[in-house]
Amino acid sequence: MVEVTFKITSSDGVHARPATVLVQNAGKYESDINLHYKEKSVNLKSIMGIMSLGIPADAEVKITAEGSDEQEAIDHLETTMKNEGLGE
Amino acid sequence: MTQLQGIAASSGIAIAKVYRLEAPDLSFSKKDIELPEQEVKRLHDALDTSKSELEKIKEHTRKSLGDEHAEIFSAHLLVLSDPELIQPIEDKIKSENVNAEAALSETANMFIDMFKGMDNEYMRERAADIQDVTKRVMAHLLGVTFPDPALINEEVVIVADDLTPSDTAQLNKQFVKGFTTDIGGRTSHSAIMARSLEIPAVVGTKNITSQAGKDTMIIVDGINGDVIVDPSDDQINQYKQKQEDFEKQKEEWAKLKDEATVTSEGEHVELVANIGTPDDVEGVLNNGGEGVGLYRTEFLYMGKSQLPTEEEQFDAYSSVLKQMGDKPVVVRTLDIGGDKELDYLDLPEEMNPFLGYRAIRLCLERDDIFRVQLRALLRASVHGNLKIMFPMIATLEEFRQAKAILEEERTNLKNEGQDVSNDIEVGMMVEIPATAVIARQFAKEVDFFSIGTNDLIQYTMAADRMNERVSYLYQPYNPAILNLVNNVIEAAHAEGKWAGMCGEMAGDEIAIPILLGLGLDEFSMSATSILPARTQIRDLSKKELASYKDEILSMGTAEEVVAFVKEKTQMK
Repeated sequence: MVEVTFKITSSDGVHARPATVLVQNAGKYESDINLHYKEKSVNLKSIMGIMSLGIPADAEVKITAEGSDEQEAIDHLETTMKNEGLGE
Repeated sequence: MTQLQGIAASSGIAIAKVYRLEAPDLSFSKKDIELPEQEVKRLHDALDTSKSELEKIKEHTRKSLGDEHAEIFSAHLLVLSDPELIQPIEDKIKSENVNAEAALSETANMFIDMFKGMDNEYMRERAADIQDVTKRVMAHLLGVTFPDPALINEEVVIVADDLTPSDTAQLNKQFVKGFTTDIGGRTSHSAIMARSLEIPAVVGTKNITSQAGKDTMIIVDGINGDVIVDPSDDQINQYKQKQEDFEKQKEEWAKLKDEATVTSEGEHVELVANIGTPDDVEGVLNNGGEGVGLYRTEFLYMGKSQLPTEEEQFDAYSSVLKQMGDKPVVVRTLDIGGDKELDYLDLPEEMNPFLGYRAIRLCLERDDIFRVQLRALLRASVHGNLKIMFPMIATLEEFRQAKAILEEERTNLKNEGQDVSNDIEVGMMVEIPATAVIARQFAKEVDFFSIGTNDLIQYTMAADRMNERVSYLYQPYNPAILNLVNNVIEAAHAEGKWAGMCGEMAGDEIAIPILLGLGLDEFSMSATSILPARTQIRDLSKKELASYKDEILSMGTAEEVVAFVKEKTQMK
């Protein structure tokens, strides 16, 4: 399993548009991908799961991936987070 | 004839026949099934058909409204492939042997309830999105036709309980003249889309669907929020005139959207807007506002169970500052108390709340609350052109004390390594006559004044503006008020500072010529008043108006002032 931690820098937190891109990209991989925020974790391939967390700015989140393409998945999502101005 | 009042969501007048956009009958019965595999396949077929329809709607929206509006359908498409939604539906079909309709409805409702229960308007609106997409899937499962507003081919006004984003996106402006709904608010999708499409709309009428039958004539007044079902011929003619006037006016105003506000001799004054939330900024920019002259921060504190956090406030302030770019944004610190109560603060009831414990008086004592707001403001200051003003200042000591707390927080933030802008102007509201009288003394210490006329008038005339029996004393043009206003402007200018006004009076067509003559620098009003005011100011000569100053200030009554201004500006 691989993981990467981010601090949400987008001042709006994780909202519809960036969340959409994140979920679309996660959906491209076989691996199980989860987003962890506080004590909760949700499937990153689920738009409703992500939005239900209501992640605010400055939150610490962790993305984990487990499966055959876990490394590619995590690299891609890390780039997505940065490109969408979501986190660092 | 029936008249209803709703929320004016998109301005303009529509007069046409009613088109009832009815939700199809999606009732179903929960059934036991024998072949779960077949039910799962039915579910997936319905999902696939819905997805291909949504792809088409998305493409249609992208072409007619642009990428940003089409984005919502990307989210809808993701909902339809969401494993957290689809998997439980499949599981339910298989484990409980129920039909796909029941499994879909029960699972989706669980999510909808969850989103509806969230303490965040944005999330509550998302519940409507899930509802929108699941209805489409349900229609396909049941084999009923989903309404298609794109097929409308005659001039109509749409009447519906609510319009879904996919309904709104399919509206053809050529035929759909306007719409009105039972539910919704200014920030619901349908309202936002109506404004982008420039279709007149009134939402939140509560019961228009029970009042307006198919093919009845209906008038939707998106300027005032009125809806008239089955109007008389007189009313139709009257509204046709209003519609024509509005269109003409709009053309005139639109020409001035990106123009500077200048008097006939080319002198610039600033026309800015009053706002309450970050959502209001769009309206300010669309109406050519040169800045925000009053950001009322109370809304952040109201309608909640606890004080807003520093983060929450930082988000709101930064959002406004970023959207406004380098245009000035004057934020008024918390003005609570008086008639605006916060349940969670548990303030004692007062005999005279307007003369009591409110605004800066409360903030200076409860500096724990005040400091959080100031920190959020200071941190947000790097995102734009921030100016801060304190409400209800009565004495110089109060202003000094408030400013000292601000400076303390600035130092604290800097010590924590946070960036804070070095050019934040700090000013005050002039609402209490005492400050207008010795404005000279205040002007040495403030960076600017903003005159809050609603309160200044009620305090000067000693007349409660909520009390109808003394409402005749609410006299903006009373020479007593004008002399105070003049005193403030002169004091500011003597110290090289600026003076603005952020009450109703600043956007009033009779007050504008007077205020121009007195030399007011900044006029802050509701966004929709900006273009009309800019149009008016272009025909006014500041020099001429200034020459009437002494005469106006020495008049005895408000009536005299009004008659004089009307005569001089040839107002009807």
